[in-house]
Amino acid sequence: MSTATLDFHRFPPLTRNISIFLRETRYEFLRLMRTRSFSFSVVGFPVVFYLFFGIVMNRGQQIGAISVAKYVLASYAVFGMVGAALFGIGVGLAADFAAGWLDLKRASPMPPLAYVLAKCCSAVFFGILIVSLLALIGITMGHVSLTFVEYARMIALTIVGVIPFVCVGLALALLVPFSSAPGITNMIYLPMSFCGGLWVPLMFLPHFMQTIAVLMPTYHLGQLMLGTFGYTSTGTTLSHWYGLLGFTLLMLGIAAAALRRLEQSS
Amino acid sequence: MSAVLELPQPDVVPIPCPSIEPVASLNHVTKRIPSGVVALDNLCLTLRRGEVVALLGPNGAGKSTAVKLLMGLSSPTSGTVNIFGADPRNHSARMRTGVMLQVGKAPEMLRVREHIELFRGYYPSPMAYADIIKVAGLDGIESRFFGQLSGGQKQRVLFALALAGDPDLIFLDEPTVGLDIKSRRGMWAQIELLASRGKTVLLTTHYLEEADSLAQHIVVIDRGRIVCEGTPAEVKSLGSVTRGALNSRSIKIIRCATTIPTHVLLNIPGVTSATVSGELTTILTTQAESTMREILALDPSLYSIDVQSPKLEDAFLALTGEHE
Repeated sequence: MSTATLDFHRFPPLTRNISIFLRETRYEFLRLMRTRSFSFSVVGFPVVFYLFFGIVMNRGQQIGAISVAKYVLASYAVFGMVGAALFGIGVGLAADFAAGWLDLKRASPMPPLAYVLAKCCSAVFFGILIVSLLALIGITMGHVSLTFVEYARMIALTIVGVIPFVCVGLALALLVPFSSAPGITNMIYLPMSFCGGLWVPLMFLPHFMQTIAVLMPTYHLGQLMLGTFGYTSTGTTLSHWYGLLGFTLLMLGIAAAALRRLEQSS
Repeated sequence: MSAVLELPQPDVVPIPCPSIEPVASLNHVTKRIPSGVVALDNLCLTLRRGEVVALLGPNGAGKSTAVKLLMGLSSPTSGTVNIFGADPRNHSARMRTGVMLQVGKAPEMLRVREHIELFRGYYPSPMAYADIIKVAGLDGIESRFFGQLSGGQKQRVLFALALAGDPDLIFLDEPTVGLDIKSRRGMWAQIELLASRGKTVLLTTHYLEEADSLAQHIVVIDRGRIVCEGTPAEVKSLGSVTRGALNSRSIKIIRCATTIPTHVLLNIPGVTSATVSGELTTILTTQAESTMREILALDPSLYSIDVQSPKLEDAFLALTGEHE
């Protein structure tokens, strides 16, 4: 083996890494799509909830300047993308961990970043899918008027908004054994969604619930999503971004600590 | 050619036999896991180019730990690990290494073909797809989902993934577990073929037969220590490996009636196993002479002592019986 070849191995060209990442992403998305227990529940729950609360039970009321159907569209869009991130990353990574599959991947020359980014991108794709499906239902069945710019803003916010919840997923996968990962993820997902005002608009909740909502990343993302329709109930746009950023950093810190603990014990 | 060899340059004459160039090594590696258990105890292991080495031992002997250290998946408590002259975590080392680990579950909703394509993509010059399918015997099941495969088929897919990068060094952790006799023989033939192409193979197994038929060098370990090592013939005749009494790696069985508790016996250098049945204590040791001196000093009232050279099967039954 000549030195030239070794140098080539040590610094694989960027294009090769990108193609590894793209293939990894494609197969990750495919495998999640084919895993019906994942795709049906992650896409199905927000769709069913939206059909119930946004379409069937909707009597044409308004919240502020926008229709209930449109208000709830924002909430369930956030509910859906959060689920995709939490379950796709948290449970998916925990499963790879538990089975020793991640060891095999780590032992291969796969760039670790390609693996993590592929998981994140799959979560983003699921987020986009859910948001688009809900928008379609809203427009066709709920008389929601959605401009293209509004839809584009929703998608852009989905891409960014998934990140804090990907970090929760990472922390969960590193802390929680696979056998209890789905249960614990639900224990975080559902209360966090409710307390963040994603199921029932915040103003209909008791006052103390409105106070603790400020601690929920779901609340901040929900408000930002409503902001894409030109509606905000409380707080400034900047305060919501700060809220999400703070939460993301907290989760990254927890994930880093958990990773260090795991490395020391391996 | 002879003219070239006669050039008066004795200093730059290459290493005479390239086949003894070490490809991978564990140098005095001790691995203590957080619970305090010593998984590997001052283990030395050298893999040379084109060699098939078998790490033979019962469950829990430290075989998988050794493979994980060699793969850079965990780091030793003390000692060093070397792959192609570099740290095992080095990217260039990983490019030239393939591994088959004992994996509980792989992503089930990917097809066999997709799994292989994914792993081939990690390497700049992977083995041809058709060759992998042929070598691993995956013809006809390429389009199946991993989750639909039988245990033996899954095992063969994992073997295929180890070969995907056409690596020079291959680690196979219990490659034939769960395989029927026919598939096992098939995999043995493929491993032999790999070695004949100059690949270096380390396989772990608890089947003596497997180590015997594949490996040029067998290392028997138990509880993280080397019990004995050598060619299959040497290992089978255990006692005859002696290269002077002091550095002999040969194992002896000492039977005696003694009051020394087993945990004290296990701390004596060379002792790999100590069991009590009735009056008699059975001690397996790699350093019979020093162990004898030690136990006689510890227990002056010791009696009915008997020292034997065991057959490998005897040693194995004693070793494995301990854990099950």
